[in-house]
Amino acid sequence: MSTAASAKTEALRVADAQGNARKPRDDWAFRTLCLSAVLAMMATLIGLVGSLVSGGWLALSHFGLSFFTTSTWDPVADQYGAAAPIVGTLITSFLALLFALPVAIGVAVFLVEICPQAIARWLAIAVELLAGIPSIVYGMWGLFVLAPWFAQNVQLPLMTWVTPGSWLEAIVMGVPNGANIFTASLILAVMILPYIAAILRELLMSVPSHMREAAYGLGCTPREVIMRIMLPYVRRSAIGAVMLGLGRALGETMAVTFIIGNSHNFPHSLFDSGSTISSTIANEFTEATGDMHISALIALGTVLFMITFVTIAIARLLLGRGGPK
Amino acid sequence: MFKQIIIGAGFAVALTGAAQADNFTGAGATFPAPVYTAWAQAYHGATGNELNYQAIGSGGGIRQIEAKTVDFGATDKPLKIEELNRNGLSQFPTVVGGIVPIVNLPGIAPGQLHLTGDVIANMYLGRITRWNDGQITRINPGLRLPGLPVTVVHRSDGSGTTFIFTSFLSHKSQAWANTVGANDSVNWKTGLGGKGNDGVAAFVKQTPGSIGYVEYIYSRKDKVTFALVQNAAGQFPQPNGGAFAAAAASAPWGKIPGNYVMLIDQPGRNAWPISGATFILVPRNPENPGRTAAVLRFFDWAYKTGDKTAIGLDYVPLPGPVKDLIRRQWSNEIKTGGRPVYNGH
Repeated sequence: MSTAASAKTEALRVADAQGNARKPRDDWAFRTLCLSAVLAMMATLIGLVGSLVSGGWLALSHFGLSFFTTSTWDPVADQYGAAAPIVGTLITSFLALLFALPVAIGVAVFLVEICPQAIARWLAIAVELLAGIPSIVYGMWGLFVLAPWFAQNVQLPLMTWVTPGSWLEAIVMGVPNGANIFTASLILAVMILPYIAAILRELLMSVPSHMREAAYGLGCTPREVIMRIMLPYVRRSAIGAVMLGLGRALGETMAVTFIIGNSHNFPHSLFDSGSTISSTIANEFTEATGDMHISALIALGTVLFMITFVTIAIARLLLGRGGPK
Repeated sequence: MFKQIIIGAGFAVALTGAAQADNFTGAGATFPAPVYTAWAQAYHGATGNELNYQAIGSGGGIRQIEAKTVDFGATDKPLKIEELNRNGLSQFPTVVGGIVPIVNLPGIAPGQLHLTGDVIANMYLGRITRWNDGQITRINPGLRLPGLPVTVVHRSDGSGTTFIFTSFLSHKSQAWANTVGANDSVNWKTGLGGKGNDGVAAFVKQTPGSIGYVEYIYSRKDKVTFALVQNAAGQFPQPNGGAFAAAAASAPWGKIPGNYVMLIDQPGRNAWPISGATFILVPRNPENPGRTAAVLRFFDWAYKTGDKTAIGLDYVPLPGPVKDLIRRQWSNEIKTGGRPVYNGH
């Protein structure tokens, strides 16, 4: 009797619980709330793409393919070709990645595998603090501190040391004041370093401990464990982390604007001044009066959006397939 | 209870007071923003009327007044009469400023180096590449100029400063007018771009052998060497408020429709050759005459009482006769139903 009764209450409780869960009104409100959040976000994205394309259409339709292949940027004659800023964006971003990646890997490996955990926590916070510094501060520091130092201690000695006419001279020639694509890339590297290092650290920590322990058990040295086991294990996801850093470098504006030298010509050397897509927009949008000028700047924004979109898409694809191999 | 009533009544008075005040909005040029803001503060104290000025750049100011989302637009680059007619706008100047070349040459003190428009144009065209070029030494007989390469620095951001500077070069050099022209951003043939006056000044300070151009106030800072420029009278005046005012005084105000007056290369003996005014745009037949009247009342007040504030911020006020001329234009041009929107009250 008593067991039958308790079974009955139990059945009622379950039914209640299920009934409550199915109560249509609560559920409907909650679902609608979540759905509308997603719809609002999608509408923003679609609206953004739509207004970029429609705003840039005047320039894109007028110049066609030559918008991407020529590098004359002449607001007086209303002649716009975006090759130089596009190339400048790609060069600075990839150089920044080249500088930042080895350091980021070193930082992540040290924090996960070599450093005592008590200190590693604090060091990790310090690395993330780098990410919190506003872009304009990097720009000011680059312009007033890094650029003069770089000109005095790197650029001038290099320029006087190289033999005239050599290929090396072709790489280091330029105005010796430190405002060039090389220093811009350096600043960018510092800015994306904390992002890449933080994600790499998380990835390395996700390596199953039995794999590390097995490797150590087989007599591997720490170097072998890191190089042969851990890094290969996270390889694919790590590429995703790198792409996220790249995506940030592509869109970075203020710091680059301050230090890249802002020339619309193709950079002829590593120490020549150049421009990026975002620095051009930041420089010219506020005072652009001609319709074609504005349209050309919005079209530049569209191009940057496409480049970033492709980068992030690749990153997501690789990150999504995380885990072994 | 009684206290609460008093406080409530006080709030009610404050609210109705605010509602009755002539609040108006403007947007545009960043160059005159400090003086407009200072005027607006003093005006608010004197009359209770509030100006909300957004320094979004001349281009934005022009677009916003054309779209009629603000009560006035502000621009460093005057609009031509055709453009004013097309959008039914009236244009008038507020304050004057000057643009000064700065150089970084070891052993040369501020004000020692003399330049002409043609020489500056040739440097910016990349045709003069060394500081001991004959074209420069000829006009500087007493100076020992180093054989340093010339590095030109320009503004990277679109700017009224660049517009005035390139207008001057176009006026003085046929080659410049043909290959580059005048605008707030142009297709520079050589050199590197700094962001803002600060950016240009920093690059010039850091680069021996460089030349740049900045607004007057930035040429007065520490460790900046400014150069003198020959004016239309053949003189090399010192760049200062007096020289900019001299340029404003000798300009053909009232003779050019729409006040499209450039203060480039004016004839006065002391006139600084690279001067320019900054301008306000208001609708000629306003949909909301009350707000346009509020704008004109504000600038009339600024013409009368704002000169000291302007000078304190290193702007140059307009000469008295020019102000009178502008006031007459207001009553002739800006009308509603055939009557002036603002007649001095």
